[in-house]
Amino acid sequence: MLSTAQMLEKYYLVDKLPNIWCAGCGDGAIAAALVRAVDELGIDKNSLTQVNGIGCSGRVGAYQDFDVIKGTHGRALAFATGIKLFKPELTVVAIMGDGDCGAIGGNHFIHAARRNIDLTALVINNRIYGMTGGQSSPTTPFGDRASTALTGSVERPFDLCQLAIGAGATYVARGTVYHIKQLQRLLKNAIAHKGFSFVEVVSQCPIYYGRYNDEASPAAMLRWQKESAVSVTAAQGLSPEELQGKIVIGEFVAKDEPEFVSEYQALIDRYGQEAAE
Amino acid sequence: MKRYEARLSGLGGQGVILAGIILAEAAGIHEGRQVVQTQSYGPESRGSACKCDVIIGDEPVKYPGVYRLNLLVALSQDACDKYARDLVPDGLLIYDPLYVKNLPERPLRACAVKATETAEGLGRKIAANMVALGAVAALAGLVSADSLARAVAARSPRGTAEGNLAAFRAGLAAARELRSAIS
Amino acid sequence: MTTPRLLQGNEALVEGALAAGVRFFAGYPITPATEILELMARKLPRLGGKFIQMEDELGSMGAVIGASVAGAKAMTASSGPGISLKQENIGFAIIAEIPCVVVNVMRGGPSTGMPTLPSQMDVMQAKWGAHGDHPAIALAPWSVEECFTTAVRAVNLAERFRTPVTLLSDAEIAHMREVYAPPESVETIDRPRPNCPREEYVPYRPDERGIPAMADFGSGYRWHPDSNCHDEYGFPATNNHAVGDKLVRRLVGKVNDYAEEIHWLSEERLEDAEIVVFAFGSVARSASEAVDVARSQGIKAGLLRPISIWPFPDPAVAKVAARAKAILVAEGNLGQLLGEVQRVAAGRCPVAHFSRVDGLIPRPEQILARIKELA
Repeated sequence: MLSTAQMLEKYYLVDKLPNIWCAGCGDGAIAAALVRAVDELGIDKNSLTQVNGIGCSGRVGAYQDFDVIKGTHGRALAFATGIKLFKPELTVVAIMGDGDCGAIGGNHFIHAARRNIDLTALVINNRIYGMTGGQSSPTTPFGDRASTALTGSVERPFDLCQLAIGAGATYVARGTVYHIKQLQRLLKNAIAHKGFSFVEVVSQCPIYYGRYNDEASPAAMLRWQKESAVSVTAAQGLSPEELQGKIVIGEFVAKDEPEFVSEYQALIDRYGQEAAE
Repeated sequence: MKRYEARLSGLGGQGVILAGIILAEAAGIHEGRQVVQTQSYGPESRGSACKCDVIIGDEPVKYPGVYRLNLLVALSQDACDKYARDLVPDGLLIYDPLYVKNLPERPLRACAVKATETAEGLGRKIAANMVALGAVAALAGLVSADSLARAVAARSPRGTAEGNLAAFRAGLAAARELRSAIS
Repeated sequence: MTTPRLLQGNEALVEGALAAGVRFFAGYPITPATEILELMARKLPRLGGKFIQMEDELGSMGAVIGASVAGAKAMTASSGPGISLKQENIGFAIIAEIPCVVVNVMRGGPSTGMPTLPSQMDVMQAKWGAHGDHPAIALAPWSVEECFTTAVRAVNLAERFRTPVTLLSDAEIAHMREVYAPPESVETIDRPRPNCPREEYVPYRPDERGIPAMADFGSGYRWHPDSNCHDEYGFPATNNHAVGDKLVRRLVGKVNDYAEEIHWLSEERLEDAEIVVFAFGSVARSASEAVDVARSQGIKAGLLRPISIWPFPDPAVAKVAARAKAILVAEGNLGQLLGEVQRVAAGRCPVAHFSRVDGLIPRPEQILARIKELA
């Protein structure tokens, strides 16, 4: 594995550091896990394209030495779709937050999954809107507090992995910042997977989610990730009641289905052959 | 002729838009005249009242709308009721008597052409629009029968050109008889 | 020249775009622009190009930007409600300087309005339809032939200026058929691309005309187009006043300072015209006929028809205002270009107005009547 120094030298725009993230935020560790996964896969820097959304998670690419397009809020997967379809030789990773992907970008999310376009969607789920100061998001648990839900959210949250599965994603996995080695493995598998791959990372936002919910210590939030985590296999033996408050981590789905860009290329080839004949 | 305005009308599915396109191609491509074609759009073109306008001129046609209609082909009563009033006093109405039972009261030149019946006789009811085009060729003095026949052949989907041309010729023949009967 | 064909406006527009090198299209079905979507779906894969029907209008605009960044000449097409949705990412394309063409086949508005009927109500949306100060380029065809030629020009201008270009067609022009023989080939312009070593590439450092070179994603330059206010390297500089000032001024200036390159007008009988009708698109067809009739009746009328609407053709309007007895602005809205003409005329001659907003283009005699009142 790359040492931190090697990683910084090879993949980071060191002159852009320090980053803007708050102390204790999970984004930096996730960004590093992504880069390490890319390195282990041996993907050339020039053939990996990153698409970022808006929000804290939208800053990952700003410190990394790839082609990075930082789009509008929620549209990362739409931008990514255009890039991948026009230039299939590029490996495209879209990084979004839970609000970015699950709320304002929800339509692009489910349709990218339905199409099974060969992209990787990495969603950093900190259960809150951090950049704008702590509003509730589609993944804020029922009863948890946020600046727009001061007495506790009265909405049911999304399980983003289940949403991805329902929409037809062919690779779906969840990790946490605490289980960083596993996350790196999941990201590696996701990027290598041909088709729409979705990785949700449960992360911590000590400053907003933590403070609103009486747990502002990053260490304590990481401990919560450690203690709440249940593997996909173990979860199969647990009842819904037993799974309450747990974070199920690991791979939910990894399957082959017709992939959109390849199918489209086959169409082009078919027309090309017809024309030649 | 400075400007000649033709409207082909009926119900969606009768092929009036295709007929209008063929008329426009006959004039614009095969005779090198200036032409603008417009049509009903959306649900109208698929079921209810439907029209296709073809404006032909020797000079470029600028205003694409109809304001002095010279020819109306009506394949439905509704279309006849709606559009006959746009005809100029010496305008020509070609109608299918199977569907158009009531003619407008004001005097105009009206010719009944059994488009649907003739097409059915040829085993292609769907080609009533081509019969009507044949009648236009014979009665309107607008574009030559030859140009229209060429346009019909060029626009017909694969395998339908013969059938369409047969219907077109039947319409042409029927209308020529009608013309000699009138004159 | 190819053989003359009877083509629909939307059809000619697609052929023009493809001739100019468009190889990516993303869209969403909407009347009266749908034929563009359908034709692109049919034609692009046969040319090795890419087509995608996206899940919504926002996504279509996003995909177009993605493809353009990857090196494509990219286009989308829609109408009022869809354009309103696209505005978000049109703004992105403006600030990140991503070339692309947005076709707006105008229909009656506001909101769903009159979906099948023509209007010219989106002229100001084409100028101000994204938030923030920004430049606008918009072209408006009046015929099937011009659907082809303006599409070619729109693609070329987008590449030349690295900014989205709006093609303002309307429901009348889009669905009208005329005989046209498209040329075998057209002159094309490609965006400036870097040819320096990667270490020397500064993605947002402009050339002497204010345009930075744009590297295709994947070509080894590794750059960071960003929706934030950014420095010459493309990185966020959201609190840097000097950078912000410089960026906004350059974005606007790179177009407006070269407006004469974009201006494209048609003049009819202007030499001695006393009453000059100012009209574009389908309304200009009626205006042109009205001018012909007025002339035949001894009235010295003329037509000034902008084919490029934005940047507004100030010099041409000023020239007319200096010598005409009156200008009559005829448009399919309640006065969106009237204000522009008044601004340029600046009292040098009276500016009258004719509007029609009922989903029909004016009849020539309606405009003729106004010409007669002014004569």
